[in-house]
Order: sequence, then C-alpha cells, then structure tokens
Amino acid sequence: MNLKLDIALTHLKFRKRQTLVSVLGVAMGVGFFIAIASLMQGFQEDIVRRVIDNSPHITMKDEFRDAPRQPVEIAFAGGAIALRGVKPKTEIRGIRRAGQIMQALTIWQGLTVSQVLSGQGFLRYGSKERSATITGIEPDRERLVTRIDKDIVQGSLDALKTAGNGIILGRGLARRLALEMNDTVTVTSPTGVILRMKVVGISHTGVLAFDEVNAYVLLKKNQILQGKTNIVNQIRMRADDVNAARPLAAKIEARFGYRTESWDEANEGVFGVFFIQNMIMYSVTSAILIVACFGIFNIISTVIFEKTRDIAIMKSMGFAEGDIRGIFLLEGLALGALGALIGCALGLGLTYILSIIRFKAVGLVEIQQFILKWSVWHYVIASAIAMVSAVAAAYIPSRRAAKVNPVEIVRGAA
Amino acid sequence: MTPAVEAKNVTRVLPGTVPVTLVREIDVAIMPGEFVAITGPSGSGKSSLLYLLGLLDRPSGGAISVHGEDTSGLSGDGLAALRLKHVGFVFQFHFLLPEFSALDNVVVPMRRLGRWTDKEARERAERLLTEVGLADQMRKRPDQMSGGQRQRVAIARSMANDPDIILADEPTGSLDQKNGHIVFEIFARLANDYRKSVITVTHDPHLAEQTHRQIHLVDGRIVDDGNGAKRTFDETALPAPPGV
Repeated sequence: MNLKLDIALTHLKFRKRQTLVSVLGVAMGVGFFIAIASLMQGFQEDIVRRVIDNSPHITMKDEFRDAPRQPVEIAFAGGAIALRGVKPKTEIRGIRRAGQIMQALTIWQGLTVSQVLSGQGFLRYGSKERSATITGIEPDRERLVTRIDKDIVQGSLDALKTAGNGIILGRGLARRLALEMNDTVTVTSPTGVILRMKVVGISHTGVLAFDEVNAYVLLKKNQILQGKTNIVNQIRMRADDVNAARPLAAKIEARFGYRTESWDEANEGVFGVFFIQNMIMYSVTSAILIVACFGIFNIISTVIFEKTRDIAIMKSMGFAEGDIRGIFLLEGLALGALGALIGCALGLGLTYILSIIRFKAVGLVEIQQFILKWSVWHYVIASAIAMVSAVAAAYIPSRRAAKVNPVEIVRGAA
Repeated sequence: MTPAVEAKNVTRVLPGTVPVTLVREIDVAIMPGEFVAITGPSGSGKSSLLYLLGLLDRPSGGAISVHGEDTSGLSGDGLAALRLKHVGFVFQFHFLLPEFSALDNVVVPMRRLGRWTDKEARERAERLLTEVGLADQMRKRPDQMSGGQRQRVAIARSMANDPDIILADEPTGSLDQKNGHIVFEIFARLANDYRKSVITVTHDPHLAEQTHRQIHLVDGRIVDDGNGAKRTFDETALPAPPGV
C-alpha cells in the first residue's frame, strides 16, 4: 500500500472513537441529502407528471400575446404617434379558421391535436349551486391528447356520445353538489341558455384545483350553451416529446399568431415554487455537511497537534512538505469516503423507510404516500460533495502541518 | 578526499526583536569513516550545529556542502531529498512513530525513498534490527520497549536508507551508562566497519573519548576542532557581563 495512505489510515485507526464520530457526521449529511433529494425530486416529478398528464402539452388560445398594432402605427412606423383610449373590438371570441389550423396541425410531425370550447357555466342541483369550467370536447380526439380516459373513475367518456345531454364532473365538484351518477343537473351558461344534463361520469385527477371546477360535455353541446356555434377557443396538442413542447409551441405561435403555451410555460408559477423548494433543501443538507466538515477539521487539527513530533521526525527523515500535507489530506479524504459510503447506505435505508410510510394528505394534490425518485446521481453527488468538503476541511490544518519546523520540535523536546 | 559534510564560515542567527546567534563562523569538515563528538557547555550551539550539518536547518550565513556540493541554493524539498538519501538522525528521545512496530519504523524511510521493494525493505530492516541486537523485539511497538531498546530502533532507522552521514543529538542522554555504551559501540562500528561519518553531540566526556575526534564549542564558536589546531579563545572578545 502507498506509504502516505498507510500512515494516514494508521493515525485514524488509533483514534477509533474520534474517527467514528466524524465519519458518522459525514454519513448523516450524505444520508439526509440522499433521502431528501429523493423525496423532493420524486414529489416534483410527480407534480410535473400530473400536470403533463392532465393538461395538454401545448395549448393554443383564442388570444394574442401582444395587443394588435393600430393601422396608423404601421403606416407611420417610427413616427411620433400617441393613441389613447384604444379598446378591443367587440367580437365573438374564438379561434378563427380553426378548421384550417386543425388540418395544418394534424399533419404536423409528432403532434396529436384536439379542439375544445371552454367556458363558464353554473351548475344547480336542488339547493346547491356551483360555478364550473365547462369544457366542450370531442371524446375521440380528446382522449388522445389529455389522456382524460384514465381519470374517469365512474362511468365512461364514451357515455358522452351516447347520452342525449351527458356531463362528466370532477369528483370534487360532484361531491360539493351532492351529485351522483345518473343524477340530472341544471346547467346555466352566461348567455342564459339552460340545459338539463345527466351525470354520465366522474373524473378524478388527484389535482384538487382540477377536480373541483372541471366539467366536460360534448363540444357541440357547449357551443350551444355558450351561444358560439361552430366556434372553438382552444386547440390542444400532445407532443411525442414532452421536453420539446416549449420550442414547438413557439414555432406554432409564430406560424398562426395565436398565443400558444407549452405546459411548462403555463405552469411557470409551480416551477418557481420548485426552485425555492430546492434551494431550501440544498441549504439544509449543506448545513448538515458543513457541520460534518467542522468535525473533520477538528479531528485532523487534533491529530496534527498530537502528531507534531511525528511530523518533525518524518521531516528529519527526509519527508517533503508535500508528503506531510498529503498524509493529512488523505486522512480527510478517507473520513469523507468512509462517511460517504456509510451515508449512501443510510440514504438507501431512509428512502426505503419513507417509501413504506402510508398516510392521507390533501393539499395541492391528494397523495397517500411519499413519491420517491430513485437516482444513482443523488448518491454520486452527495458522495462527491462529502469528499470534496472533507478534503477542503483537511486542507487548512494539513498546510499548517507541512510548515512544522522540525528544528523547533526536536530542540524543544531535547 | 572530499569531506562527507563540510561547513564553511557558517553562522546561524535566530531572527527576532532580540536576534540570538546560535553558532558563528563555523568551519569544519567531516570525512567519511570519521566518528566525531561535538562537546561543549549547555547553550554553546552543539545541537544547532548538528541540525545545520544534517540539513534540517539553514545557515543565515556561510554554506554547508554535502560530498562537495553546495546546498545553499536548494529548496526545502531539495534539502529533504538530500536528507532522505544521505542523512540519518538519532535524537535524545527515541522519536519513533508510536503506532508502528519497531520493524515498520525502520521500513518507513525505505518506503519513502523507494530504492528497495517492500520485501527487500523488510529484510533489510530485520537485518538492521538484528545488528543492533533487537532480533526478538521487531514486532513490538515503541511503548512496549525499554528506553535503550527504543534508542537502538532509532539507530537502526537512521541507517535505513544506508546514509553516509549519521547525526546523533545526545543519543545517550536518556539512557543509563550500560545502554549508553552499547549505543556508542554501535556508532564506532558504523564508522570503522561501514565508513559512515558519525557525528554525535554529547555531554559525557567518557563517551566523547571513545570517538576519533572531538570538536569543542563555546558560545557558538569552535574553540577546538580536534585536528590539533587549537584556536585561542579570546575571552576579551566576549561582551562584558551586565553590571560589571
């Protein structure tokens, strides 16, 4: 074995208790890092998955990103023009030439497309009333785009097609209205159209914000309700490659002009929260590692203090400063490596324990257990951080060790 | 013949608010095979001279040459490399690495130098320890040995890399008379049989007489370099004691 490593390990072997304490410090840091990283990433990926599954990857809306330029501004570009009091035109909103756009997008490589008309409605059942977002869909296209099928826990999507006036309700919405399957609910639209509709399905996505407000009817029915015959106000798309959604959305928007959002743009607020969450997680776990590094700094400083004489001997033998520094850096590295190893085992154990815990929590989403992400990168990153910081903690005292003047020591002892 | 180690006009001053001169204007040459004692009263600079000759310390003025080569221009690591190859130290207290067995203590410098394979190094260490009479103590750790035994391990260790200069700083200082004599006999053998230059600092005039040559220091200067040319020591050159 390498001489420096041999000496380093011998020093640690003869200080078993101190070594154990510092190693455990590092191990805890690494273990908690792994467990928390797995928890956080699992949770975040689950949210993303739910968001991706429950909403289309790309949505084209019946609006524009920027207000249209006024003709006078186009005619005198760069001129000193100030227009005041410009109001949007009164018009029936909706995506114009939706049919053509649909056709163009349908043959677009890697896209599945559906069109919907979404609008507000008022649901009344007995004495209970709630407003809801009513989405008019074409079931056969919609099921390919938003995977709506798998969320329907009672009834079926196809029942919309067969029932005369069928409606599918989010589970939360149904509960609030005390509605059950085959009950008939009165739906009133903002334009005053009233329809009596039969509950043919209950959907449950697990995202409360969805389930408490969403109701689905056939596209045609909603066009009647909203008084917008043959009009759609959203074109929804599913991309084969989820991660390509954003540039794709930009391309589509550039081509057709309508505001087109990818799932990550639409949910930017959620991802902002993720960023803060990650920052908190990394601060907490780094704090643990920093404490562990103080432990390493402490043990190596102690060893160097106790070993001043040995350092003087080794230098008198002809060990160079680099050799001495190397010995104590290796001690730090050994503590870090051992801590990382035990920490990985600890992390594995903690994630396992977290994975078998069951509970019931209703918040942003409904979950029964921790969703954990198992990634070898958590282990690699945590171990690397531990070892780098262990060596960093060892570096300061080891420099001092290298500078020990042997003459002072042998003279003092003589 | 080139001296194994030579000091030319060497002065060592410890810097500070009140600079302390440890040795001044030392000229001395030690030949291969010479067994030399450095004697003198406490504080006369015996140990300081030894550390300078052993390249453990650097002179403030003058130069130390090893085998005719000036060492003044060498870096700390350069000096360390020379020490590793050419110099073996024995101190008053044994100064062994406490966690390692006698055998491993002797093996450590050899592993650092890397001239021998691990197996050769072990065999060589066993031979050296046998030579100092510790054939049956090799596996013991320093705290399981007597003071005399430890000092003999230290001597075996100083011999590990087959250096040509052995430097001993009061090697018998912590030993009884019997063990002191054993140590000196080993040194005499190293000089006579192996042509090593052995330089030892000692208080003990009886032991000093067993060497080939005695260098006598007073107040940091050589007053007798043992080669017959006694220098006259000018008492008036010393600063007057305070209050007189």
